[in-house]
Amino acid sequence: MPLTREQICQRAAQELKDGFIVNLGIGMPTLVANYVPAGMDVWLQSENGLLGMGPFPEDAAVDAELINAGKQTITARPGASFFSSSDSFGMIRGGHIDLCILGAMEVSQEGDLANWMVPGKMVKGMGGAMDLVAGVKRVVVTMEHTSKNGSSKVVPACTLPLTGKRCVDMIITELCVLEMDPEMDPSRRRFVLKQVAPGVTVDEVKAKTAAEIIIPANVGIVGG
Amino acid sequence: MPNKLYKTAMDAFSDLKAKGVLRDGITVMVGGFGLCGIPEHLILALRDSGVKDLTCISNNAGVDDWGLGLLLQTRQIKKMISSYVGENANFEQQFLKGELEVEFNPQGTLAERIRAGGAGIPAFFTATGVGTLVAEKKDTRQFYKPGDGVGGKTLASANHPGKQTREYVMETGLFADLALVKAHKADEFGNLVYRKTARNFNPMMATAAHMTIAEVDQIVPIGSLDADQIHTPGAFVKRIVQTVSQKRIEQRTVAGAVAAKK
Repeated sequence: MPLTREQICQRAAQELKDGFIVNLGIGMPTLVANYVPAGMDVWLQSENGLLGMGPFPEDAAVDAELINAGKQTITARPGASFFSSSDSFGMIRGGHIDLCILGAMEVSQEGDLANWMVPGKMVKGMGGAMDLVAGVKRVVVTMEHTSKNGSSKVVPACTLPLTGKRCVDMIITELCVLEMDPEMDPSRRRFVLKQVAPGVTVDEVKAKTAAEIIIPANVGIVGG
Repeated sequence: MPNKLYKTAMDAFSDLKAKGVLRDGITVMVGGFGLCGIPEHLILALRDSGVKDLTCISNNAGVDDWGLGLLLQTRQIKKMISSYVGENANFEQQFLKGELEVEFNPQGTLAERIRAGGAGIPAFFTATGVGTLVAEKKDTRQFYKPGDGVGGKTLASANHPGKQTREYVMETGLFADLALVKAHKADEFGNLVYRKTARNFNPMMATAAHMTIAEVDQIVPIGSLDADQIHTPGAFVKRIVQTVSQKRIEQRTVAGAVAAKK
């Protein structure tokens, strides 16, 4: 069975470590906050100027001046700090964020990311995505393995305009977990198939992946 | 000390045309992230001044009927420099018809360009956007990474075996004719204190224009703000207006709600 959206988020939450400073993208990555393992202290950064984002507020506590990067009303946890956009992106660009999780339209076999623009369609802008993938220590993509027409979103080379080059460290889809081998020669960067979803075969992943990937002798099972 | 206090946003704008500050074709920075921390009344005054062909530097473009969306309705904006404009249908129509020019900047690059402009720095190098459309036709250079022991040195400056260089793109500082910012409190000298995430782009923009006007919730006497807690020193602020803001909410999310899906 392919993973549900919730299971993808659960799997992504396993990449968190105690004390991590983490930026979660808009959409599915936001849900990862619901799966932080008990007893683990993770600090959520919101690039509009908050470190220590808490859950949504009670109705009476909604504050128009306390929002996240998705413009949703939120809360600040004890120990939180507010800062300017330049300080926020100093934190991001300067490598002070441990992990970011974001969505993608395409990821190339070398880890290039495209997630902000489809030529010919209305372009809304890249927001903070280019800064995040250029500056955050580890970049995890959560996405569907294939597009609506069934074509692979893990591709030999991105056809869409890039958000960043060679920036993706891990991809989590409903079918599998792909991880960039950090010891690989930079000129031959490829993703390694780390895990498949329960009941999903290596052959199915191969059939639905256009990119060249490395398939080790032992492939784990997500949650296994 | 010259008076910086004005009764209304209109008052703060009243002599700007005569002074040549406010005219067609100028560049205006407008603070805020979405509708959070936008100078609501100053935007209305800018609209009512009737100036057009504006270049607006602002992270977003408001919504159709609020914030900078109001100046899109009246077609006073010629060009936007922004990072994300997803919440505005007027914007989309004018952009697709070719009536509105847009320069997208990565959000952190936009913030740093404004910070740099206000700090007298004409250009800087960043890794953000390297290898993307953003870096096209811009100077790029290889540097050793800050923090790797030889950080800041260019590839040409020395040979460091085992150390990797990285490609960086040159971005330029931004400086505007007029900056409209929103703060929570000001004193009569123009020292500003922001509130929560309404701070966002406001502190940098306050530093990066010939004329900075601050809209605030509250003006207090000099000496009543803790000098250790001031975010923007009064040197950057020329005019101050106290207003009552609507503070509209774009996405009201409360406890128990599921985070918005894509």
